[in-house]
Amino acid sequence: MKMKIGLAQFNTKLGDVHANLETHLAIIKEARAQEADLLIFPELSLTGYALQDLAVTAALRPHQKDPVFSELLQASQEMDLIIGFVHEDRRHRFYIAAAYLSQGEILHIHNKVYLPTYGMFDEGRFFAWGDSVQAFETRFGRVGMLICEDFWHASLPYLLWLDGADILYFTSASPGRGLNADPRLSSSEWVEHTNRAYAGLFTNFVAHANRVGYEDGLNFWGGSTIFDPDGKLVVRAPDFATDLSVAEIDLDQLNRTRARLPILRDERTNLVQRELERILGNNE
Amino acid sequence: MSNLTINPQLAIKILTGFIKTELNRVGFSKTLMGLSGGLDSAVSLYLSARALGPENVLAMRMPYKTSPQETLDDAQLMIDALGVQSLTVDITPMAEPLINRFEDMTKLRAGNIMARMRMIVLYDQSVAFNGLVMGTSNKTEMLLGYSTVYGDSAAALQPIGDLYKTQVRQLARGLGIPEKILEKAPSADLWDGQTDEGELGFTYEAVDQLLYLLVDQRYSPEACVAEGFERAFVDRVLRLVRMNHFKRIMPPIAKLSQRTIGYDFLYLRDWGT
Repeated sequence: MKMKIGLAQFNTKLGDVHANLETHLAIIKEARAQEADLLIFPELSLTGYALQDLAVTAALRPHQKDPVFSELLQASQEMDLIIGFVHEDRRHRFYIAAAYLSQGEILHIHNKVYLPTYGMFDEGRFFAWGDSVQAFETRFGRVGMLICEDFWHASLPYLLWLDGADILYFTSASPGRGLNADPRLSSSEWVEHTNRAYAGLFTNFVAHANRVGYEDGLNFWGGSTIFDPDGKLVVRAPDFATDLSVAEIDLDQLNRTRARLPILRDERTNLVQRELERILGNNE
Repeated sequence: MSNLTINPQLAIKILTGFIKTELNRVGFSKTLMGLSGGLDSAVSLYLSARALGPENVLAMRMPYKTSPQETLDDAQLMIDALGVQSLTVDITPMAEPLINRFEDMTKLRAGNIMARMRMIVLYDQSVAFNGLVMGTSNKTEMLLGYSTVYGDSAAALQPIGDLYKTQVRQLARGLGIPEKILEKAPSADLWDGQTDEGELGFTYEAVDQLLYLLVDQRYSPEACVAEGFERAFVDRVLRLVRMNHFKRIMPPIAKLSQRTIGYDFLYLRDWGT
């Protein structure tokens, strides 16, 4: 089976959900013209990234009757969507979240597990930590979603892989940093190497949507990518430019690569479990 | 020696995008800045002209009576090369009465008066021109506090504030700034014969290497000495960085309420834009 994945890169209006929703709908229209089956928006695509005290006012409760979600769910009748937003739960905890919408339904919500709170980052001050990671079924097979810092920790992609995800969808709002003599920033090099490594190590597809634009002095570098199960680059969107890249992947590649390279078949999960219990257990 | 080499074309891409986006999102499309004839303001000018188009950039020459003619000529050279708008305002008749008002006036005080007078002229023209004031401060001078607070440090945006002086030079080459500007000894031109390196007592080459280890690479002072820097030099630079920190932050607000600006009332400048 083949599917077309769109990667959306754009600048957001900070804290203005309705303005950003309009941008989403315009990009969805554009992706429809290119016959995308799935369109991935970056982390916090409905709100902007460095929200600080705006987190509370920009938050949404994802359900059918929410005016923002109802418009996106309607758009998801024709094309699956991954949306970035601030998720407010019933007890008023605020999460950085990604929602997978398909055929008018919310199939899955992932709350960001790892909130960087060091150096230039302050997410743990404003947001609650997600506490689970789970793969889920879609019309294109079983997949998993992670948000930015989530995939700087090898454990989460690994867990999704064991949970049956053949496609990993990564979203981020990654501030560019590390200018040196190279033609790309060191942060963008690092992310691309990591994504390629996950694709190759797990014999999976890895699709990553990263935003562009600026918030105060922060730049966001874009460069969204898809890697195939051989670790080969399928598409790379330009750096620092508003863009919609639509590329086709062939899900049968999973079969072909894994027949050649049965890493998943040979993964010794019992050993992993036993050793984790030993390492984490209080056996002394 | 640490490698402070930058890719100038990548820096130009990021910084021109920064200038254009951050002006546009607050409703502006024009900018203005003081053009001294030196390197930093030249880099800000060239970046702005690339980002916004030369017609949307106003270069302000603001000489004092002691300013060397050569600096004015150098500024004009760049104005002509880029085709930006320009205006010359002599600050002597504004600054001189205050400078002459006090018999114990010092070079430092007079220099600060000139820098702040230029700020007043710039912010007045910013209304007339409907543009925002572009900053020209680099990372070295910000860290060392080698600037006049509310004078040359006053600006709406700081495009080169995260580049050390030696990196600004590389960026200048990438922007095609005339070699004559690149070769000049850096100077605030507040009095005749003044040079930054003469006044600071060390070269930018040396201090940039040290600051890169201390700030970017988080080296301890002892580790810097172990890398070959003289103890006295390390101590002096550390002291300058610490003593001038007030120039880099907003004045502290005495907290009394449950929610105080700067402590728990936190929004980016780009709030809602």
